[in-house]
Amino acid sequence: MNHLPILPILLPMFVGAGLLLMARSGTSVQRSISLVATLLQIPLALALVGQAGQSIEVYAAGNWAPPFGIVLVVDRLAALMLLITAVLASASVLYAIRGDDNLGRNYHALFQFQLMGINGAFLTGDLFNLFVFFEILLIASYALLLHGAGSSRVRAGLHYVLLNLFGSALFLIAVGTLYGLTGTLNMADLAVRIADTSAADAPLIGAAGMLLLIVFGLKSAMFPLYFWLPRAYAAASAPVAALFAIMTKVGLYSILRVYTLMFGEDAGPLAYLINDWLWPIGLGTVVLAAIGASASSTLNGLVAYLVVLSVGILMAGIAMGNQQALTASLYYLIHSTWVSGGLFLLAGVIARARGPRYGARLLAGPQLPSVMLFSAIFFIAAISIVGMPPLSGFIGKVLLLSSVESGGQAAWLYSVVLSSGLVVLVAMSRAGSTLFWRSEASSSAGEPVDKVRMVAVGLLLLSSPLLVIFADPLLDYLDATARQILSPAGYIEQVLSTLPVNAGGNP
Amino acid sequence: MELLYASMLGLLTMSGVYLLLRARTFPVVVGLTLISYAVNLFLFAMGRLNTGMPAVLGQASEYSDPLPQALVLTAIVIGFAMTAFALVLALRAQGELDSDHVDGKGDQG
Repeated sequence: MNHLPILPILLPMFVGAGLLLMARSGTSVQRSISLVATLLQIPLALALVGQAGQSIEVYAAGNWAPPFGIVLVVDRLAALMLLITAVLASASVLYAIRGDDNLGRNYHALFQFQLMGINGAFLTGDLFNLFVFFEILLIASYALLLHGAGSSRVRAGLHYVLLNLFGSALFLIAVGTLYGLTGTLNMADLAVRIADTSAADAPLIGAAGMLLLIVFGLKSAMFPLYFWLPRAYAAASAPVAALFAIMTKVGLYSILRVYTLMFGEDAGPLAYLINDWLWPIGLGTVVLAAIGASASSTLNGLVAYLVVLSVGILMAGIAMGNQQALTASLYYLIHSTWVSGGLFLLAGVIARARGPRYGARLLAGPQLPSVMLFSAIFFIAAISIVGMPPLSGFIGKVLLLSSVESGGQAAWLYSVVLSSGLVVLVAMSRAGSTLFWRSEASSSAGEPVDKVRMVAVGLLLLSSPLLVIFADPLLDYLDATARQILSPAGYIEQVLSTLPVNAGGNP
Repeated sequence: MELLYASMLGLLTMSGVYLLLRARTFPVVVGLTLISYAVNLFLFAMGRLNTGMPAVLGQASEYSDPLPQALVLTAIVIGFAMTAFALVLALRAQGELDSDHVDGKGDQG
């Protein structure tokens, strides 16, 4: 039996637990273990991406056959998300080992547990197990958010924790309703049961489905549930904020998974349950995030709103629901996760170079050291995230805009996406000109620029040109991914035909 | 029994939501606890309400669904840990922000 699918969960779990036990040993040991374990995720994810390119891999945990046991399912989408997480986490941990992990205790253990939760949420094929992994990633993120505290972190953290606790209660109600009506929690089995549900049960299942949308919407920061995000992300330390760039995408992934698999075209009266809702929500998120971005007073806050904006664009893409739009959304998802992660790290470096008095606030401050380098990097990142040619944001937006089908949709999408792009362009130029060109005569009280931190920034921002250069093979993979997502029959068939392994090792 | 059970759940949730909207950390945490009680009872009821039916095979002629009980157990453990964390955080917010308002702002609202 192939045990590869469970390794992205087991590796961070054991490393995290080990790091907890080694809390007294030196920081350098902990740092190197954490770095190696995180870097190991990249080849692991690459191997799974290769495997998922062949066929959908199903791993029955504890050798309990589905739909009774918990399964892990590696399809193209899950493997892709694992790879995005692995790269982002590697850059984040590389940044963190230069001092941000020393502000409090057990940073690396929490980091690994967070990775475990994220990877598990992507891999699991069971709805209740998804809830459990959500809770794992959330409790690790609570602690990471508050790491190296300060009063702004406590305040933002309190909102974040209380909102998510309420979200968990809603998640459980939805899961309970689905179980009560269908008698299963396996997502593939749920899809089959929902497809031939009776007319009397359909409204209740629909209600559970909409509750799930609220839960996932809270995680992915959609309108009107995003108000916690800018404050929380702006208050978190740079590497934590960079890792959190994937957290909104966990919510988006769940939306994509649940509503294409369980409430897709085969679901009878419940088919396309949320598409009509997701479209205005997505566009509303884009508009409000653009306004928030132009009003934010710190660079972190600005980048946090850019994360919300990318969520809105992705939701609009998912709501369109055709194969081309999904391909474009997945491309945009990779781009926005890595580049906004890189921007969070860059904001952290700039804040350190400007000293604690100015930080990442958009005020004229002391002259930055090596301002040319900083402004060049910021310029590239800004072009990429705004969506100007020739970088990856441009390709993502062009693909998305060209995939629109009807005239009315086109009018909305073009006007909202293009005008939000302009607003963000203005906000980014204002931020850049304030940070790099307007300087007071006062001497800088900041730290010298750390090379390793800049490597971490470069690693993530370099992905933008690489995504352009390798766009052709990547889009082939994403196109096949979108096709797989839109025809869930293959996924369901693969999961439900899985048999337990006998003692001899043969199924 | 179903009516009594359902109205109890409604009452618990109602009180929980009311306390949640009080915007002070202590009532909010109590409210969240009440809601999680309601949710756990709801999950339990999803295996249908029966009497005299153990969740073990072979102990009686009929048995009840054991899965909701396992789910409730997991949910209780997770909910407990989360509530404990929220309490610690609320205490720290009280210490650092000198206020028990969830926005940390003082008493003007």
